[in-house]
Amino acid sequence: MDTSGGGGHKKGPGVKKGKKLSTRVDLTPMVDLGFLLITFFIFTTTMSQPTAMRLFLPKDVKNPEEQNKVKNSAVITLLLGKEDRIFYYEGDSAAGMKPTDFKKVRDIVIDKKNRTDPKDFVVVIKPTVDATYKNTVNILDEMTIDDIHRYAMVDITPDEYKLILATEAANGIK
Amino acid sequence: MTAMCDVAFLLLSFFILATKFKPPEALSVVTPSSVSTKVAPEKDVVLVTIDKDGKVYLSVSDANSSEKKDMIDAINTSKNLGLTDAEKNNFVKVPNSYIGAPFSQLKSYLDKNPEELRNVVKPGIPAKDSTNNEMVDWFRVAQDAFQGKKMNVLVKGDDASKYPAFQGVIIALKKNDLMKFQVVTSSVPVPEGTELYKFQQKTGTKEVAQ
Repeated sequence: MDTSGGGGHKKGPGVKKGKKLSTRVDLTPMVDLGFLLITFFIFTTTMSQPTAMRLFLPKDVKNPEEQNKVKNSAVITLLLGKEDRIFYYEGDSAAGMKPTDFKKVRDIVIDKKNRTDPKDFVVVIKPTVDATYKNTVNILDEMTIDDIHRYAMVDITPDEYKLILATEAANGIK
Repeated sequence: MTAMCDVAFLLLSFFILATKFKPPEALSVVTPSSVSTKVAPEKDVVLVTIDKDGKVYLSVSDANSSEKKDMIDAINTSKNLGLTDAEKNNFVKVPNSYIGAPFSQLKSYLDKNPEELRNVVKPGIPAKDSTNNEMVDWFRVAQDAFQGKKMNVLVKGDDASKYPAFQGVIIALKKNDLMKFQVVTSSVPVPEGTELYKFQQKTGTKEVAQ
């Protein structure tokens, strides 16, 4: 590392003494590069891995009599409409359906749950053709959040769909 | 200066190790969120993708190329499609390949390589109702191909897709007696104060009560 060699300087006889050089290296470019790489990896990293929600489908039964009977009073039916709307009714009085949304549905379900015998309590979910996939998954997730063990996803009847359209019209929803 | 340098490189090494490069996905789908914390399986996966227009696509994890081959062979034979080996290989050998066409158009669909497919409007697999539901056949051949293995059926739907597409997939699953499937979601924390939150606090688990 003796770059100062050569003559020019007067040196003592027999003494070869190199000029003391600083061993410090300028780190700035390296640090710059380091931070550049950090930002690159921060942006490319995907930290959240996709999760999976398990679903179990019920078996279709040929004759409806075989289906487990549920007490009408213990059932709450949630119908998923367009634009993230939910319509719900208790029991089998579809005519008395009320509109709600995803923010309020938790309170409605929990309220019903507290008023009903846990043995009988069933939530029936009926997505319409206007409901999105997101609505469907969210409502199934809502069942998990509310710790409801008995729920069923059922096809909507044409009458109920008509009622939804009527309710939507009555509430000024296009 | 030295301390900052140390921290910078520590972070750098962390991110290098944490990064998992994902191949660019051919179908971009925004998944809904759920409180589930279970990581989606990556092996032996039969993935049904529903895009924002409600079109249905089918893909199989790349590690299962023999099952892929069995599936396309079985469909080719039962539907008399007359696919050539090259066309089959466009599904079997190509990574991240997916089926996105009805049987009638499958030959011309598989004619194209993935690069060409990127820019083509794909018709999707018909799965709207129970009468014309080709997913029934696809699930059937998948079930045969995965015999003796645990097949993971994953449904990955777009937020904006409508319910009937999902319903069609459910109908097809039911017809094949595939009663268990999983829905791909992105994870969100359990909202505080809910029943599940209380349950998890009480038991000290992250498990979802089922």
